[in-house]
Amino acid sequence: MVFRVTVFVNLKEGYSDPEGEATEKSLRDLGYDGIHDVRVGKIYRMVLEAPSRKEAEAIMDQVCRRFLANPVKDDYRFVLEEEWKAP
Amino acid sequence: MVLWPMEASADKEARNGITQEAWRSDELASSSMNRLRFVAKPPMDLKVCIIRVGGTNCDRETKRALEDLGVKAEVLHLTRLLREGNLLEYQGLVIPGGFSYGDYIRAGAILGKQIAAKLGRELSTFIDDGRPVLGICNGFQVLIEAGFLPGLRDSEAIQQAALTTNSSARYECRWVHLLHENRGKCLFTSIIPYRRVLRIPIGHAEGRFVLLREKEKEYLDRLIENDQIVFRYCMPDGVAAMGKYPFNPNGSIYDIAGVCNPSGNVLGLMPHPERAYFGWQLPDWTRFGKPPAYGDGRLIFESFVNCLRRF
Repeated sequence: MVFRVTVFVNLKEGYSDPEGEATEKSLRDLGYDGIHDVRVGKIYRMVLEAPSRKEAEAIMDQVCRRFLANPVKDDYRFVLEEEWKAP
Repeated sequence: MVLWPMEASADKEARNGITQEAWRSDELASSSMNRLRFVAKPPMDLKVCIIRVGGTNCDRETKRALEDLGVKAEVLHLTRLLREGNLLEYQGLVIPGGFSYGDYIRAGAILGKQIAAKLGRELSTFIDDGRPVLGICNGFQVLIEAGFLPGLRDSEAIQQAALTTNSSARYECRWVHLLHENRGKCLFTSIIPYRRVLRIPIGHAEGRFVLLREKEKEYLDRLIENDQIVFRYCMPDGVAAMGKYPFNPNGSIYDIAGVCNPSGNVLGLMPHPERAYFGWQLPDWTRFGKPPAYGDGRLIFESFVNCLRRF
């Protein structure tokens, strides 16, 4: 099975996010006063081949914990979309 | 091949018409000039490996500092070390500063994982042997990402610490004061008196040392108890910065600037000692007319070289 994967990596709640704070300040300077709690993160997109959805999820979980996120300070989440293949 | 003291000896030899090969030959080995040099600074077979990849910087400064202390230092690309080299031929290892692989994913993450995957077993043997490993700036980030620092025993956590974006959200590049907090475990500060203040520059955007939030207190207590905290940011008079900017430039917990592993032979620090090795690298020497011979960074390299002799 082929999956299109999107991974979101964000700083965990509770850790201060200086990039988010700087962005928020900049937004205020531009006149957008109603925006608060800006958090900056990363998105990775990739294609994964795996025998089943369950295995694909297990692989992605490992990839995120070992590499794409640092479990000390990052939260991660991923979405798997099955690629449609012509029969 | 360049022999120490680098430029001076090369010039002298050129003037005397002595080639590098001749200088190494037996006839010349007994000449008084060489004997004198030999006594002043015995050449050693000690070899230190400096790992380089795309984006590394200050590898040459590190080499120069180590060569000034009479050690042979080789700058090797990681790929070359993996293909042709043998890490265990070296007595010491340095992972220099910079922006390895463009700091993609996170600072030091790609090189850290690459080292863990391809060099992990060799490096573990190297470290278990007690040989010294120094990570400067990006090298510190790499050692944390590879899991060699802080190296606390905890089977649950894959990683125990991280170096994340400075609280100021800026790249901080200037001279800072460091308090030597190690009570004697760390090999890299063996000749530095306890609580001595050093002046060394920093240059980083991701240097805020954080610990796993749920276990922050436990880990910090263990680091202090194990004598793993080596340098803390401080004020010029030696009082810890207590998180106060600009003395603590990045917002690190407990003002941590450098930590070692539980055995004391792996040190990671954010400041760059190789940028404070020679007196002429200091920012204010012109005020005193003449630069001092050396800066505070030398103390770290000297301790490093002292412990190499054991291996």
